[in-house]
Amino acid sequence: MRYLDEYRDPRLAARLLDELRRTVSRPWTIMEVCGGQTHTLLRSGLEQLVPRGLSMVHGPGCPVCVTPQETIDRALLIAAQPGVIFCSFGDMLRVPGSEGNLLEARARGADVRIVYSPLDAVQIARQHRDRQVVFFAVGFETTAPATALAARQARLWQVTNFSLLVAHVLVPPAMEAILQAPDNQVQAFLAPGHVCTITGFEAYCDLAARYRVPIVVTGFEPVDLLEGILWAVRQLEAGRYRVENQYARSVRRQGNREAQQVVAEVYEVCDRTWRGLGMLAQSGLKLRDAYADLDAERRFALPPSRSKENAECRSGDVLRGRIRPPDCPAFGTRCTPEHPLGAPMVSSEGACAAYWHYARRQAVGSRS
Amino acid sequence: MSQFSPPACPVPHEGADRILLAHGEGGRLMRRLIRDVFLPALDHPQLRARADGACLPPVEGTPVVSTDSFVVSPLFFPGGSIGSLAVYGTVNDLAVCGAEPLYISVAWIVEEGLPVAVLSRIVEDLARAARTCAVSVVTADTKVVPNGAADQVFLTTTGIGRLRPGIQWDVQRVCVGDRIVVSGPIGDHGIAVLAARGTLGLELDLASDSAPLHELIGATLAHSPGVHFVRDPTRGGVAAVLHEVTEAAQVTLEIEEAAVPVRDPVRSACEILGLDPLYVACEGRLVAFVSPESASSIVRLLQSHPLGLRAASIGQVTGRGLAEVHVRSPLGALRVLDEPAGAPLPRIC
Amino acid sequence: MCLGIPGQLLERIEEEVGLPSGWVDFAGVRRRVCLACVPEAQPGDYVIVHAGIAISRIDPVEAERVMAYLHRTGALAEELPADRPEPPAKTSPEPLRET
Repeated sequence: MRYLDEYRDPRLAARLLDELRRTVSRPWTIMEVCGGQTHTLLRSGLEQLVPRGLSMVHGPGCPVCVTPQETIDRALLIAAQPGVIFCSFGDMLRVPGSEGNLLEARARGADVRIVYSPLDAVQIARQHRDRQVVFFAVGFETTAPATALAARQARLWQVTNFSLLVAHVLVPPAMEAILQAPDNQVQAFLAPGHVCTITGFEAYCDLAARYRVPIVVTGFEPVDLLEGILWAVRQLEAGRYRVENQYARSVRRQGNREAQQVVAEVYEVCDRTWRGLGMLAQSGLKLRDAYADLDAERRFALPPSRSKENAECRSGDVLRGRIRPPDCPAFGTRCTPEHPLGAPMVSSEGACAAYWHYARRQAVGSRS
Repeated sequence: MSQFSPPACPVPHEGADRILLAHGEGGRLMRRLIRDVFLPALDHPQLRARADGACLPPVEGTPVVSTDSFVVSPLFFPGGSIGSLAVYGTVNDLAVCGAEPLYISVAWIVEEGLPVAVLSRIVEDLARAARTCAVSVVTADTKVVPNGAADQVFLTTTGIGRLRPGIQWDVQRVCVGDRIVVSGPIGDHGIAVLAARGTLGLELDLASDSAPLHELIGATLAHSPGVHFVRDPTRGGVAAVLHEVTEAAQVTLEIEEAAVPVRDPVRSACEILGLDPLYVACEGRLVAFVSPESASSIVRLLQSHPLGLRAASIGQVTGRGLAEVHVRSPLGALRVLDEPAGAPLPRIC
Repeated sequence: MCLGIPGQLLERIEEEVGLPSGWVDFAGVRRRVCLACVPEAQPGDYVIVHAGIAISRIDPVEAERVMAYLHRTGALAEELPADRPEPPAKTSPEPLRET
């Protein structure tokens, strides 16, 4: 696949690793923010291959992981309503709410459907005018344009039986929360390449300057990640703290204007509670008044939620990069993908699940 | 022959174009269904006799029996249907035990409301598949369940075969050093069916790999010394077979990711949906554990057969005592491959 | 963040009512994709697709330049792409030797 395979070239990766080894002269801690980057790091084994001095810490870049339990509970309430077709991305289906997940709701008779695109949900609504179709709008700034376009599409097609359960979150406030923590160990960031494709990277220049941390906007393939890590390490070794754009084939400084416009048309920024991180000011998106009629929470008049997070789950510390999944006492024992205590164990991008699937055993984790 | 319809039957609708509960009640409608839909396609003396069981001639050598159920949506997909799938799947279960397939029984559970024309088409596909494999459908049963109690059609088969002389394929014979050979590109069936459902909007030129493997096995593995164990990956893909072996034999396996053959459209579809091809279903492939000395000749032999053109050695058994599957990435690092847990869900985040 | 896969725009679809869209090919797999965020994309261009929408048009010049730079013999510590800040001299104390 063009523009994909080239960035998986083992020879290029090997040369970047060599250069990285030559460049690292002392221990550094780098956080990659995006779950997709975590997935690649672990799947291709990059974390084992980078020089021993480098500590890769996985950040809260998995929207599935940070969706609060109460939002899942609201999804379950809506899905259980008669006549509702509840549409969602695949990996939301196994995330635990207070009483089960969407997959289990489907087993009990709810019409829960996996879609690849929120636009498909609008199409379903168009084809089933007698049913209420709800799309579970989860995701960071990368996905918000798609759900915003779905709202626009519903208007253009005059589809009134469509609504959105909105749980979008924004990356920079989460990064700031990590940087503000008194015990923060993270010295550099790999910023999420597809989020920045939409937003551009101005917001990250501010963070880099204020907290004096290098930030490299990075792609998702092994060569991208190694290059991003190399540039971050070069800055760290040199005492620099700027924003660099490794993913220039997709990311422009100003981002994607059309995407930003449709998001601004449909959504406005609001405070948002993150699973494991608590309430972060101005860190989420909600529908503007002009689109409030598409808000599923209003349409279904849900009662106030009373969710309780599982006390044993340490996803908050994992998402902040304070601990690695194997450090959690419940990891692999009381918490596994089959019976997860929290979302990072369920989502394919969640740090806990990624560890579980790829790097569980010491025997395999040693440099081979 | 009684003319009286028992009052328990719904009003018989002569010439009904949909399956009714009455079709499963053993009465006139059922006999008509058997006569008009099943027998024309599945013509076999035993079936014609309509006994509840079939008397078979003695099987020379060791008889092998296998049973399986088939559920697929959509019923018809590029490369096959539930009918052909049922025959090939049963034949393959027997073939990977080292048996030549001989007879099949088929039990049908049909949902009330299914168009008769659809049932007819499935029966014809099944019959054609049986003729292709030279196996006889010797006995069958039909039940009709109320609307909603089944997803259109469920099939359950039992296959009977005869063990080829000299074959001793057993998972306990898998040893450290054995090579893992796959007969062709993986994941075709799972992706073809997923695309055929239409719910994800993907269009691709790909057919299911659904195919009978008994002739491939007969021409290659059956005569090769050094074959220790053979399986056909179905649901759960190659990963499921690998885990089955690690559990049963308590061995560690290592797979070379770059060596696993995957067709381009399968690869692309998996990239788009965030799926790992190792977990995607196949229906016409085999995975064989063979001695290291025999591996290259077995691969060459498979490659000389139309169903094994892209056969490849994809890994080896690296240890005993730790039941795990490891995958070596193209960059050279190892990761643990987990057991499949439920259907792979397309991921987007 | 998230699964964004590069594909080639084959053709734009004329829509009477609704968002602009087109057919994108991903090495043999085709899907209808919303093009509202990439009005400049033309058939033949590559776009990154996430959740059914094209989020960017791949800059082929930029991609070629970076690839050429990575592939050039001994290039990793020498010449840098134009829009990157120059690292100070002490980042690479000695010239990269091709192994």
